[in-house]
Amino acid sequence: MSGGAGPPAAAAVAAGLVPLPVILPLCAAGLKLAIGARLERVQRFISAAVLTAVLVVSLLLLVAADRHGPQVMFAGGWAPPVGIVLVADRLSALMLVISSSVTLCVLVYSVGQGMADNDETTPLSVFHPSYLVLVAGVSDTFLAGDLFNLYVGFELMLTASYVLMTIGGTQARIRAGAIYAIVSLLSSMLFLAAVALVYAAAGTVTMAQLPARLDALPDSVGMVIQIALLGVFAIKAAVFPMAAWLPDSYPTAPAPVTAVFAGLLTKVGVYAILRTQTLLFPGHRVGDVLMTLALLSLLVGILGAVAQTDLKRLLSFTLVSHMGYMVFGIGLATHGGISGAVFYVAHHITVQTTLFLVAGLIERRSGTTDLQSLGGLARLSPLLAVMFFVPAMNLAGIPPLSGFLGKLGLLRAGVADGGALAYVLVAGGTATSLLTLYALAKAWNLAFWRAPTPEMCAAGTVLEGAEEDDTGPDEADSTHRPRRRRPPRRRPILTRSGGAATFGGQEITTSATLPLSMTAATGALVLFGLAFTVLAGPLFGLTDRAADELIARTPYVEAVREG
Amino acid sequence: MSATLALVACGGVLFAAGTALLLARPLTRILLGAVLIGNGVNLLVLATSGPAGQAALLHPGSDPKDMADPLPQAFILTAIVITLAVTAFLVTMAYRSWQHSGNDDVPDDMEDIRVVRRATYAEERERLRAAYRRHRLEYRALAHDQEELAAREHSAYQRMGTVRDRYKEMRRRARADARAFRARQARAEETAEETLGEDDPWQTILGADR
Repeated sequence: MSGGAGPPAAAAVAAGLVPLPVILPLCAAGLKLAIGARLERVQRFISAAVLTAVLVVSLLLLVAADRHGPQVMFAGGWAPPVGIVLVADRLSALMLVISSSVTLCVLVYSVGQGMADNDETTPLSVFHPSYLVLVAGVSDTFLAGDLFNLYVGFELMLTASYVLMTIGGTQARIRAGAIYAIVSLLSSMLFLAAVALVYAAAGTVTMAQLPARLDALPDSVGMVIQIALLGVFAIKAAVFPMAAWLPDSYPTAPAPVTAVFAGLLTKVGVYAILRTQTLLFPGHRVGDVLMTLALLSLLVGILGAVAQTDLKRLLSFTLVSHMGYMVFGIGLATHGGISGAVFYVAHHITVQTTLFLVAGLIERRSGTTDLQSLGGLARLSPLLAVMFFVPAMNLAGIPPLSGFLGKLGLLRAGVADGGALAYVLVAGGTATSLLTLYALAKAWNLAFWRAPTPEMCAAGTVLEGAEEDDTGPDEADSTHRPRRRRPPRRRPILTRSGGAATFGGQEITTSATLPLSMTAATGALVLFGLAFTVLAGPLFGLTDRAADELIARTPYVEAVREG
Repeated sequence: MSATLALVACGGVLFAAGTALLLARPLTRILLGAVLIGNGVNLLVLATSGPAGQAALLHPGSDPKDMADPLPQAFILTAIVITLAVTAFLVTMAYRSWQHSGNDDVPDDMEDIRVVRRATYAEERERLRAAYRRHRLEYRALAHDQEELAAREHSAYQRMGTVRDRYKEMRRRARADARAFRARQARAEETAEETLGEDDPWQTILGADR
């Protein structure tokens, strides 16, 4: 399998590492469910250690895949088409590295948040196991070598994400979670139907065997399969006509959950589009459709962002918008386009996660993310201002940051393509970049400049959860205090997406000093985002080689055949 | 590959019925729809395995040609387990939603409504203000130049008045709308308090079922 370059022993070790990013978090999740809400320190250590191990394994896999070609593992020794294949090629390994770095940082942030809120039960008994299952699901989708395993990976990830989305069970989160769960559920069912379609038409679901079988099929059948898979993944990736669920559901979850969802879950959809469109359906057959959808995503998303007055919703809309860049690259289907799309995915995962974490910190500092109530944060909390400013400029694509480099790569690929639609997209992409700058500058002006209001200066205001007395039976039993009416609220009923910042949905007070671990985790992600700028050369080299591998198709197919 | 028409048709009907249920507001109906679609998809997967046959067991005297394709069966088993988990989750969510608000409807996104409302009224206000300004300028020009004409016609003045009335009417509507919006939010919270605010924890869990 190794392509002859490396010693066989090293290659065998590397292939043995392939399933670890899935197995380790799953085992840890099981262990944590067994322990329950006890042994807090041990539990926190286990979570951090497992995610660090996943990061190390992913780095080793990236090196092995880059040097020796795709690493393949047959689960239980069953060869395809019967057994489960896990494949780590350059794209998968790169995605794993980025996702495990981001999940590790978010874990540190969430541990800090749980400690700061004095809320140990919800994080340990609910958040940590679900989060680890989510990580396992994400890793599984990146490594899956057959369509059905891809489906299982999606389901692992989604089922965990339903729990995370509705954590605490407050009214706002149940509402948002219902929308999210129903849309995801429908897309999963369609995915399974599409898998059935593939199996009926091609007689296998192993991705390495499908290219040859699909090429032999009539064009119309191939087209139906392609559109079915594309539609399913477009829902997951929140590409324009299927994106309305995202800004509705994301902002209500606690900050770490929203951050990891925004960073990873949509990108998993993009990864699936990239994998299937390059490996199974090469060429430019639906390129125009993809590019049109990309253009609409870019423009509709960013115009939605401009209209928002809540920071988290604004960020959700920019997320929908920037999905368009990645789909644009995939739609081009050229070497430059795919390389640019992979680079942009890596950049965007980091930046979007960071911005949502900063939004969480802002909420803890000032009690709201409603831009009209915020103000003067730059003077009150300069560190927060820096941590917002850098990724915001990165997202908007200000040179020399990686957002600029990623967009530049994509726009150059578009110009090189030379088609009329590609030029329209180049113009649309530039306009979106400017509008992103406008939306974020507006957010910056409202939240960080202006004179701070008296409420902003006063730390210690009560940050309301969406539910106040929602403590559940056991706690209500122990305290058993007489029921009092809630005092009329001073806060105008404006923002509903803010409010519930904690895992359990209980109330906390805002404070001027932010917990160190939360700030450190966010700062680490800011630096990680900047590392893409510094290391843009080598990273673009890697994405170029990944694009070579994706377009050639043979390395993947050969590696699985030789196993 | 040959597929059984009965299976495919049955799967299609289940899919259609499930889709109709998914479009409803109550979570319990959506749940039923999800279960129906899940079963419909499973039938479709089963249809891909071709004609029925023997179990896929290798024993003396078994002939692989008589066996049914076991792979779709493995797919279905996995899918059933997943659907079970998701169904359990949806039931919990419907129950929790009922605890909160007394029903299990999926409500609209308030923030979304607010943004839309603001946009609608902002547009209308801008339009009416612009019209008012235009009419006022017209009237002033008229009054300046030929006072007797203005006194005779007054039409510009009347137009100005009409626009002002419409503007006031719009503001009244906007205020009533905002009041209704706030009342709606408050009602949702009240119900939540009533349902959850009992001292007896079993009341919270069992509620009306007790």
